[in-house]
Amino acid sequence: MISIHWLLFLSLALFSIGVYGVVARRNLLFILLSLEIMLNAVVLLFIAGSSFHGNPDGQIMYLLILTLAASEVAVGLGLVIHMYRQHHTLDVDKLSQLRG
Amino acid sequence: MIEVLFFIAAAVALISAAMTVTAHNAVHGLLYLVVTMLAISLIFFLLGSPFAAALQVIVYAGAIMVLFIFVTMMLHQGEKSLLEEKQLFQISGSIGAFLLSAVLLVELVYVLAGFASPQLINGSEGYFTIQTITVKELGIQLYGPYQLLVVIAAMMLLSALISAIHIARRQKNPMQADEEGDQTL
Repeated sequence: MISIHWLLFLSLALFSIGVYGVVARRNLLFILLSLEIMLNAVVLLFIAGSSFHGNPDGQIMYLLILTLAASEVAVGLGLVIHMYRQHHTLDVDKLSQLRG
Repeated sequence: MIEVLFFIAAAVALISAAMTVTAHNAVHGLLYLVVTMLAISLIFFLLGSPFAAALQVIVYAGAIMVLFIFVTMMLHQGEKSLLEEKQLFQISGSIGAFLLSAVLLVELVYVLAGFASPQLINGSEGYFTIQTITVKELGIQLYGPYQLLVVIAAMMLLSALISAIHIARRQKNPMQADEEGDQTL
């Protein structure tokens, strides 16, 4: 028997680890990895809700988040490759050309 | 028994997620992320969602990670990028970010503990019997009331495909990129 509280705590802890990664890292590739961790935390929350209420709607949201994650990774990695070609580094602090 | 398995999987997921965000080598980070995905897929299985668990392994630990590994193999330059990454990120230099996310975690736990209070979950103290949701049930829902969402997801995948091809295409001169992009679109 798993308590819903532990599931909530696991999901929130994973989400916070993802937030830490997005804020602390300066490499674009690791920022994308941290975004994946955050999406996984949200997905876990949906599946836990679906299981708790015995309702398949949470799993349908899971399928949609999966498609969202796949699209996000495709576009994000395209941007990573483009940035590496133009700047020869993945440091996001180097992207300062919009500065007035 | 299920509870023990859940706690082991949860600990593995948390530790490997922490290792992912603190890794210096991109390949190590990716492998830790695969371990996180597999642990989460085990938790899905324990929660009675075998279809979601299978998709987690196939799509996340399979397809998405393969994309990441291809890009890492294209961009990774061995020792040079490892040294660069050690300059870009040290754990001691990111205490501010750690404190911010710790505060966020405390706040989220506080708010959601209020939502999952005993009055709101019918006095069962949060324990619930796990009933398996079959693929058949899921398919009936997905192609019944949620038909439109399938079409929208397909459109989103198509647009992501087009924009990824357009962004990552090799351009000879950055100044000509806009004109060339306009022509092909």
